[in-house]
Amino acid sequence: MTDELPRTDAAADPVGETQFAASEPLLRIEGVAKTFGTFRAVDGVSLDIKTGEFFALLGPSGCGKTTLLRMLAGFEAPDQGRILLGGKDIAQALPHERPINMMFQNYALFPHLSVRDNIAFGLKRAGMARADIATRVAEMVALVKLDGLEKRKPDQLSGGQRQRVALARALARRPQLLLLDEPLAALDKKLRESTQGELMELQRRLGMTFIIVTHDQEEAMTMASRIGVMRDGKLAQVASPRELYEAPRSRWIAEFVGDVNLFDAESKLRDGHRLVIGTRDAGPLVVAEPREPFGEVRLSVAIRPEKVKLSRRGPVREAGHETAINQLDGVIADICYLGGTTTYKVKLDAGGMVQASVANSARLDVDAYSLNQPVVAWFTPDDCVVLPS
Amino acid sequence: MSARRIFARPARLAAIAPYVWMVLFFLVPFGFVLKISLSQTAIAQPPYEPVFDLMAGWGALKTAFAALSIDNFRLLVSDDIYVFAYVRSLTVAVTATALLLLIGYPIAYGMARLPARWQAVAMVLVIVPFWTSFLIRIYAWINILQHDGLLNQILLALHLVSQPVVWLSTDSAMYIGIVYSYLPFMILPLYATLAKMEPALEEAASDLGAPRWQVFWLVTFPLSLPGVGAGVLLCFIPIVGEFVIPDLLAGSNALMIGQTLWLEFFTNKDWPVASAAAIVLLLVLLVPLLLYERLQKRQLEQGR
Repeated sequence: MTDELPRTDAAADPVGETQFAASEPLLRIEGVAKTFGTFRAVDGVSLDIKTGEFFALLGPSGCGKTTLLRMLAGFEAPDQGRILLGGKDIAQALPHERPINMMFQNYALFPHLSVRDNIAFGLKRAGMARADIATRVAEMVALVKLDGLEKRKPDQLSGGQRQRVALARALARRPQLLLLDEPLAALDKKLRESTQGELMELQRRLGMTFIIVTHDQEEAMTMASRIGVMRDGKLAQVASPRELYEAPRSRWIAEFVGDVNLFDAESKLRDGHRLVIGTRDAGPLVVAEPREPFGEVRLSVAIRPEKVKLSRRGPVREAGHETAINQLDGVIADICYLGGTTTYKVKLDAGGMVQASVANSARLDVDAYSLNQPVVAWFTPDDCVVLPS
Repeated sequence: MSARRIFARPARLAAIAPYVWMVLFFLVPFGFVLKISLSQTAIAQPPYEPVFDLMAGWGALKTAFAALSIDNFRLLVSDDIYVFAYVRSLTVAVTATALLLLIGYPIAYGMARLPARWQAVAMVLVIVPFWTSFLIRIYAWINILQHDGLLNQILLALHLVSQPVVWLSTDSAMYIGIVYSYLPFMILPLYATLAKMEPALEEAASDLGAPRWQVFWLVTFPLSLPGVGAGVLLCFIPIVGEFVIPDLLAGSNALMIGQTLWLEFFTNKDWPVASAAAIVLLLVLLVPLLLYERLQKRQLEQGR
């Protein structure tokens, strides 16, 4: 049965971005907009998604990610723009006419049908032969490990089992594109983490294209090969998880994805091939040259907490960086022990506050700092990102 | 201890209250009716015999008991008038309930799909007729349906008919009256089930390849069955015993059991036969009730 699945080169190498660049996109969203009353839910989104991608739409609630997903499924029609699937415009097609399936947020399992009939629902609508349906259902049940539960009704299942039925039902028709609307939101943390892994494994094995909508940035980072961050109906940035975290395009994205220390710039000074940015809260900071020059906009300097190292007072040395290291004197103001890491808040002599996340690499606390201890917080220019506010 | 406190005396009394109510206002009167149904008519006050007189002593009571018979029930089964009345009542109730379902379902469905604030308005519109007396509303229909009434005037003005149609004293008029009067009882339970149905279920069905009519037949309708059951019962049972609407709007050649009962009781002064007819009616209506309860029980068990 598996030979029917759309196997592509990308499926063999799900992170092979070079192949994506060469091939035609499976899905092309062109200037799509949707207004509810006076509220612009989706405001001119353009996006290409290639076969075999695991794409995440990430954003706070009300950012338009769910509306965009519902337009892909056909539950909403865009006011403007085109949605091309395999080159064909499906923007006005009805949901049942699209080779796209969706896994709903609360699963939307049919309460009056058994697990088997839920999974077979889409296959029967496709006019599949009875014997083929039975085979496919059995295959799906095995795929999501629901063996023995075929005759149960949805309300006789646990949350995790219901989630699997929903997944099997959405996958049964072998859609060209699977949409997942907050698929793990209803599961508890442990189950969510293991299910994330299973979903990724499944997507890789089937070589299918997944688009997931989530407000949980960790979930998006873990699962997706590419993430589109949405804000106020627009795509703020589309990038790989690493790029999104290490090279956010704006201050808002830096704050939305993970924790970050931010310092507002007051002056900008070129010192040879280095850029020195004066900040009120942390004094002058040496930063790497931004990739694209900013105009006369307000800037901030962003440093992720785990990039900030702490030392006891005294000069810090690191090969090749001696003169360029940013060293900020301060005292420990707050300690938050999280098990794997400890987050220290350092009150800087310059007036500001900087957060440092330190890995607890030794069991004994010989390296730990105590409250009010004077320390140096330091980081290299490359660890700093200059962002427009 | 604290758990026991919750079920202290006031709570226990409250639990007993409905049973007291049932015994006092249902079982005791039912006992009277049952006793009268086993008696014979008499030109007396009350118009039947034997009469139980607790003061008359044990011997008199015993002879009174011996005088009870099931002759009235034999009469009901053997006389065509009563059999026809029961059959007509059931036919009218089945037809009217089917019409009510056909008309009420789309209305309830439409209401449930309205934006939330309009749903409240629609709900008021459904209930508003109850603010006027039922009898006045039926008389209004007599006005509308009579020879030179509103309906015929409209039909003539639109040139749909060339001369006035006879509506009054026909089955059509009776069905119009019944459907009109009972529509809220069909709409409200249907609306309640349809409104709380998760819209994502219909979306899921259409996402999985079902066109609109299949979404309705495979998902919406099966899930609304509890509401259908409640609406059908709420309409069917009172319509079987309906007296006023057929009396005012239908012709007098075929009577429903409610009308027959009325005749026996008030015109013929035959209380025992009227009582027997009422008891048979009750038994007939118990059948759909028990069926419905069994269905609900099965659904509950499946749900677990």
